Amino acid sequence: MGFSKGVKDGLAIGLGYLSVSFSFGVLAVNSGLSWWQATLVSLTNLTSAGQVAGVGIMAASGGLIEMAIATFIINLRYSLMAISLSQKTDSSMTIPARLITGYVITDEIFGVASGADHPVSFRYLAGLGVLPVIGWTLGTLLGAVCGNILPAMVTNALSIGIYGMFVAIVLPASRKSRSVMVVSIIAVVLSCILFYVPFFKENISSGFAIIICSVIASVIGAFFMPSKEEADG
Amino acid sequence: MDNLIFFPLLAVMIVVTYLIRALPFVLFREKIESPRLKAFFEYIPYAVLSSMTFPAILYSTDSVPGAAAGLLVALLLSWRGKSLLIVAIGTCLSAFLVSLAVSFI
Repeated sequence: MGFSKGVKDGLAIGLGYLSVSFSFGVLAVNSGLSWWQATLVSLTNLTSAGQVAGVGIMAASGGLIEMAIATFIINLRYSLMAISLSQKTDSSMTIPARLITGYVITDEIFGVASGADHPVSFRYLAGLGVLPVIGWTLGTLLGAVCGNILPAMVTNALSIGIYGMFVAIVLPASRKSRSVMVVSIIAVVLSCILFYVPFFKENISSGFAIIICSVIASVIGAFFMPSKEEADG
Repeated sequence: MDNLIFFPLLAVMIVVTYLIRALPFVLFREKIESPRLKAFFEYIPYAVLSSMTFPAILYSTDSVPGAAAGLLVALLLSWRGKSLLIVAIGTCLSAFLVSLAVSFI
């Protein structure tokens, strides 16, 4: 399976990324980044939640350690996807090939590649990544430029869009799996406690708050609901 | 944003994000067997998105009533299984309209 098949399969992902990254671009310039800084973040990171948290830490002039831990926890899921995808690759996936295509492992690309009815070759995965990378970077650029041109009231309303998409990812998954719902509710409750209790609010920055909430909620989930079958009942 | 703040933080982001994907892709070829570890990895994305969204979504625009309307519409459309794009447009539009209405009161 070659490069062009990959490009074709990546079209839908690329179009989807265009709109998500548009809201990221607006959010980033609203947080104080310039248009080229926002675009550079997208081109080099290719991750939604990680970038939103990262830009928040940048806006707060957070520490390098905080950035490293927050990025690590938020993007930890990619490790699992990489391990899983690793089982499906063919012999063209040499170590240099893995070092190159590792960069394009995102939720959606992983989803398409792992759902494909053939082994994943280097050329296929590289092709699959092309349009999503372009869509993600271009969307951010457009969002960042529009964020600078449009009136404040409009850009303010647009910057909520990416949070709307986060809701659209979590809610359907919670409807399908009760254990995902329980974990999500725990995370929300913890996050509200850290945000509204003045002592926590003053001492814990937004990056660390995300780390604390998501790790505690997921550990509780993994400990009490280690298998989804059990919890779905 | 000042480049002296931006570039060091960006560099950390890039290195961590890249290594977290590329290293396991190169090093691991075996499946994770521990059910608890597997479940932890399964829950992490949802826990991250949930804690990032609440309560931050309410303060993501300059109007809390507008943002609350956006949140409500996001919940409603997501519950009905609408696509990401539709949910995003509905969220932005309702946040904009309500904040506009509030500004006239």
